Amino acid sequence: MRLDHPSPDDLGQDYLEIRDLTVDFDGFKAVSGVDLTLLQGRVHFLIGPNGAGKTTLIDAITGLVPATGVARYRNHNLLALKSHRIVRAGIGRTFQTATVFEELSVLQNLDIAGGVHRSPFALLRARRGTPDYVEAALGTIGLGDLRDRPAGVLAHGQKQWLEIGMLLVQDAKVMLLDEPVAGMSAEEREETGALLQRIGTERTIVVVEHDMDFVRSFADLVTVMHAGKVLTEGTVTEIQANARVQEVYLGRTADAAEAAEAAEADAVTHEGAGRD
Amino acid sequence: MKSAVRTFGPLVAIAVLAVLLLVVAPSVLSPFRLNNLGKYCCWAIAAVGIGLAWGRGGMLVMGQGVFFGIGGYAMAMHLKLEAAGPEGIPDFMLLYGDGTMPGWWEPFRSGAFTLFAIVALPAVAAAILGWAIFKRKVKGAYFAILTQAMAVVFATLLIATIQETGGFNGLNQFTFFFGYNLYDPVNKRMVYSITAGLLIACLVVVWQLYRSRFGELLVATRDAEERVRFLGHDPANVKLAAFVIAAVMASIGGAMFAPIAGIISPSDVDATASIFLIAGVALGGRALLLGPALGALAVGYGRSTLSEQFPDQWTYFLGALFIVVILMFPAGLISAAGRAAGLLRPRRRVRPTAARPAGATS
Ligand SMILES: Nc1ncnc2c1ncn2[C@@H]1O[C@H](COP(=O)(O)OP(=O)(O)OP(=O)(O)O)[C@@H](O)[C@H]1O
Ligand SMILES: [Mg+2]
Repeated sequence: MRLDHPSPDDLGQDYLEIRDLTVDFDGFKAVSGVDLTLLQGRVHFLIGPNGAGKTTLIDAITGLVPATGVARYRNHNLLALKSHRIVRAGIGRTFQTATVFEELSVLQNLDIAGGVHRSPFALLRARRGTPDYVEAALGTIGLGDLRDRPAGVLAHGQKQWLEIGMLLVQDAKVMLLDEPVAGMSAEEREETGALLQRIGTERTIVVVEHDMDFVRSFADLVTVMHAGKVLTEGTVTEIQANARVQEVYLGRTADAAEAAEAAEADAVTHEGAGRD
Repeated sequence: MKSAVRTFGPLVAIAVLAVLLLVVAPSVLSPFRLNNLGKYCCWAIAAVGIGLAWGRGGMLVMGQGVFFGIGGYAMAMHLKLEAAGPEGIPDFMLLYGDGTMPGWWEPFRSGAFTLFAIVALPAVAAAILGWAIFKRKVKGAYFAILTQAMAVVFATLLIATIQETGGFNGLNQFTFFFGYNLYDPVNKRMVYSITAGLLIACLVVVWQLYRSRFGELLVATRDAEERVRFLGHDPANVKLAAFVIAAVMASIGGAMFAPIAGIISPSDVDATASIFLIAGVALGGRALLLGPALGALAVGYGRSTLSEQFPDQWTYFLGALFIVVILMFPAGLISAAGRAAGLLRPRRRVRPTAARPAGATS
């Protein structure tokens, strides 16, 4: 549609382009005129206070809620596609609460995510052995030892990793992860961050997150949302220096800003201590 | 080894059932009892499909009598025309009508067309119906009520069309089955064997479906329909496939019911008959491979024996048993019996304590 815009191939990059995206819930604009360009090879963070519209934005891109505007990936007009077609176009997502198939084993969960690559006829055959791409994903998410466990017994963090593994098997080129590290321990967060960086090089990764420490450690680019709009976009340093961001997000009160700074100072001290 | 047992164990169970139905039963049962067993097999064939749609797919199909009826009436129409002879028309049309046959009866003179129709008609009907239902995301109780209503409408329609379908009396008095005289006990036994064979074939089909990736996808759709969407599948299509297969199986069961019972009438395909099919599946265990078939055979047997001894009360027995099973053994009597006998080990070694969050530490 936008002929003036360079195509993904011209840029040598995959990207998801969002223009003037608006989600209207009976007059209440949960997302309002959002513009975003999500480039391949970056871990892109989406932050903002509760109710800012982050989840709704992802819902709109993945066909869960109707929206107006433009959401374009390669030659797909995402706003006109059904959810399962969007997945087949290469866009995968996770949910705020992990949704793995609890009865199926870790391996079966990964395998079932490979269905997009199979013909209906191939679905009628039983699984024999483990396909390479499933094995590879299992290794990447580090759940090899738990391959035959039912996913229901996994710890919270492991379920999130399994979901990311399922996106890998799906071969999602764009991964939209809604608060993947919420409720994780500090080590689990570290591992998740490292995992995202590892798989992020040939993908477009969008992470919704509240925890600023996590954002600081792993974000290439941060978009701040507030009340359905994009407040600003930039590197972590730029974001933190932005007065309006501090106002709406980081420091709704002066105390919170102080606390954030204290936490940062703390982290630096720890780093120093580690080197001794 | 262990996984081979898990994979092929069910096949052995199917083989045992095949020997019982095809070898043992014909040699020990009287022709009358064998014919009754044939009837139960017809219900069991429909039940196998219900197990797929309801047990694995989570769709409570309360109107399978419709598809049972489509197959049953298609077959019965052919048998009626066969009995009437070439150019002849069914007796009831002379009795209740003006002696002309509706045009849509004509193709059923052909045996080949009839066999084709027995598979194609329910498939097309279920596909259209399922498409409308699943694309609109109708599910749960609404789905159950809708399918049940379908059975009511179907039976009412049959009763109202006495000149075309025999009305309340249905279609009966068949003399030939594809050229074989149905009064000959040898031929009766052949019809029984075909029916039992079809039951075994349907069991093998669902065995393969359950172990296939489609089977996993179907269970996944049952348990988390919206999540399946984000695997890139339209859950409506997954459910549609199971619904169509279940409809075809019900139709096959109905088709064999006509020559075995010697009659097909609205009371064989109405809402009550549909619930009766569901009851067998629930008793046997809807999600198990053999549960629906064995449940349907048992309910069929119970129905015959109880109705011989207590013609008026047997439905209450069945109703009471149904309630007890649903309340106490929701997974069915077979799994309850299996667990009691210690035959079935717990399906999965679920030890939540063993799930440490350190799994990914490299
Ligand atoms: N289906 C809906 N109908 C009406 N309003 C909705 C609906 N879904 C979300 N909202 C509203 O839209 C706003 C944005 O919600 P959203 O879930 O996108 O926020 P969020 O940024 O993801 O917040 P959180 O950080 O709490 O997850 C909220 O005010 C919410 O109440
Ligand atoms: Mg949210």
